[in-house]
Amino acid sequence: MTDTIAVEAKSARKTYGQGTEAVTALKDVSVQISKGEFFTLLGPSGCGKTTLLRLIAGFETPTSGEIWLDGKDISADPPNKRPINTVFQSYALFPHLTVAQNIGFGLEMLGRPRKEVAETTAEMLALVRMESLAGRRTAQLSGGQQQRVALARALAPRPKVLLLDEPLSALDLKLRKEMQSELKRLQTETGITFIFVTHDQEEALTMSDRIGVMSAGNILQIGAPRDIYTSPANRFVADFIGETNFIDATVDATGATLSGGQHIDIAPQRIAGRSGKMTLALRPEQLRIVPAGHGLPATLTHSVYFGTDIHCHLALPDGTELVARMQAAADGSAAYTPGTQVGLILPPDAIQLLED
Amino acid sequence: MPSSSEDLAETARVRRNWLLSTPALVLLALGAAGPLLIVAVYSFLEAGEYSGVEWRFSLDAWFQILFHRDIFDDTISLADAHLTIFWRSVKLSLLTTIATFIFGFPTAYFIATRAPKQRALWLFLITIPFWTNLLIRTFAIMEVLRNQGILNTLLMKIGLITTPIQILYTDTAVLIGMAYVYLPLMVLPMYAAIDRFDFRLVEAGYDLYASRWQVLRRVILPIVKPGAIAGSILVFVPSLGAYVTPRVLGGGKNMMIGNFIDLQFGQGRNWPLGAALSMVLLVIVGAALLAYVRVSTKENPHG
Repeated sequence: MTDTIAVEAKSARKTYGQGTEAVTALKDVSVQISKGEFFTLLGPSGCGKTTLLRLIAGFETPTSGEIWLDGKDISADPPNKRPINTVFQSYALFPHLTVAQNIGFGLEMLGRPRKEVAETTAEMLALVRMESLAGRRTAQLSGGQQQRVALARALAPRPKVLLLDEPLSALDLKLRKEMQSELKRLQTETGITFIFVTHDQEEALTMSDRIGVMSAGNILQIGAPRDIYTSPANRFVADFIGETNFIDATVDATGATLSGGQHIDIAPQRIAGRSGKMTLALRPEQLRIVPAGHGLPATLTHSVYFGTDIHCHLALPDGTELVARMQAAADGSAAYTPGTQVGLILPPDAIQLLED
Repeated sequence: MPSSSEDLAETARVRRNWLLSTPALVLLALGAAGPLLIVAVYSFLEAGEYSGVEWRFSLDAWFQILFHRDIFDDTISLADAHLTIFWRSVKLSLLTTIATFIFGFPTAYFIATRAPKQRALWLFLITIPFWTNLLIRTFAIMEVLRNQGILNTLLMKIGLITTPIQILYTDTAVLIGMAYVYLPLMVLPMYAAIDRFDFRLVEAGYDLYASRWQVLRRVILPIVKPGAIAGSILVFVPSLGAYVTPRVLGGGKNMMIGNFIDLQFGQGRNWPLGAALSMVLLVIVGAALLAYVRVSTKENPHG
């Protein structure tokens, strides 16, 4: 088991400042990241994801706890002694060097022979498809090109682990999508362990093998994208990953009773023997709207047209607001006029139960 | 036609602008180019009996810069003394530039890495000596360096030396004095360059296996080089023409060009030679500036 683990954080804690002004950015986080894995740290800004990345890179030393790499404690090693490279959010390309010199920098510092540096640089230029710009200064490159150089520079020394600190945040949407698949391709081709930091849940879902969702210095849930989306561990994760409807209810063996007295069936495997006051969580695409008289009575407050689908905002009699996402009808049917009384079907096997 | 009337208005405007700036241009021509022209002309005249010049064309002054004519047998030999002075001036100026860089770079780095609020105070402290008279500062250095001065007394108290070291009235004293006087001129442009430096590049350097020394040499220094070049020009040029510092700390024996020129206009009573020497100094400074510009604009393939 241990030889499949690339990086491990053991109760890593990081506190900045002292006394009453001390801020704990990371609270005893433990996580194991496997070799060859695309692991994403996902969370809002200030959740500690970048701090964890900097601890792994060696730019910061943990206040307590340890960072292990390949079964060895590297907590005390400086960054230039760790076989780990970083793609910085700002790219941090050397402005006085050409594209090729930037890429060869790491190998040169490792004292590799000139020939090997040149060969690997050429290889990396090909890998990120930048051969034609090898002699350019980095200031002359576009954002996407700088991104590729930063990637090639970090990959050139063949690190055991590649750290990526929100590398796509500065790119526009179209370029970001391109780079997402590019990154995934590079990870598969090189087989290097990637640790990716982002606050973009869609990015995390589409690229990762596993995601660690972070909030306020803790990792709340670690799992495959599908598991995290369909079975969020708590209300924060459910809310942060995708849109979620929350309904307060009292749960018993057969289902849940809402505050208005209506009863909803819930699949027994979802209840898993639990009972008492809980939050029901349901994705917008899982809600079904039916004509009034069936299902749960609700009022359509307004709807928003998104092209491929329509988001219907609904209110339950007790005031709980819900969003249902449906495919926009091809005939452009205008059935969703505000104020319409409708029925809501909550599929029993789709409802999540979250303890508060 | 509207276009021609526009052209006329434009011509009138240009003419008016020239007219308005004429007083300033005249003043500039007289104030800057005028004295220079006088010096150039004087260098081609004969020296007067007691001082001043005789209005007769002569290349004697230019000849005397490099050669010495024996007054008894008219044999011509190289003017060793003059060459020594030139060499000392260039050597001391280069050494001053190097010394101010060695002390100025860490100082500027220190200031640029302080909290923004503290930087103004540190910069103020660096510039304080500027507000003091140069002569007074130079005499202060003299007080430190002389045989019974602070430095020698201290070294003897500690027991490192038994007899005072003769520092005053040597090239070393001139070097120390000039480095002290011109240090702020190196620190300020270096500070400006380091202040603009993106310190995330240092992290990138460490991340790519560079040691502290390699980060300094391969990342920081190449990027702040323009600041170092600007500082070097600001130190080298006035060093070359320094007068007060070598006069006081060199004791009249270890002359630099500035003192030598002064000598020609004073006791030497050879104004044309002084003028020719001034022109030579101007050419050396111009050449140094040109060389710096060439270096700083050249595309360096190895950064």
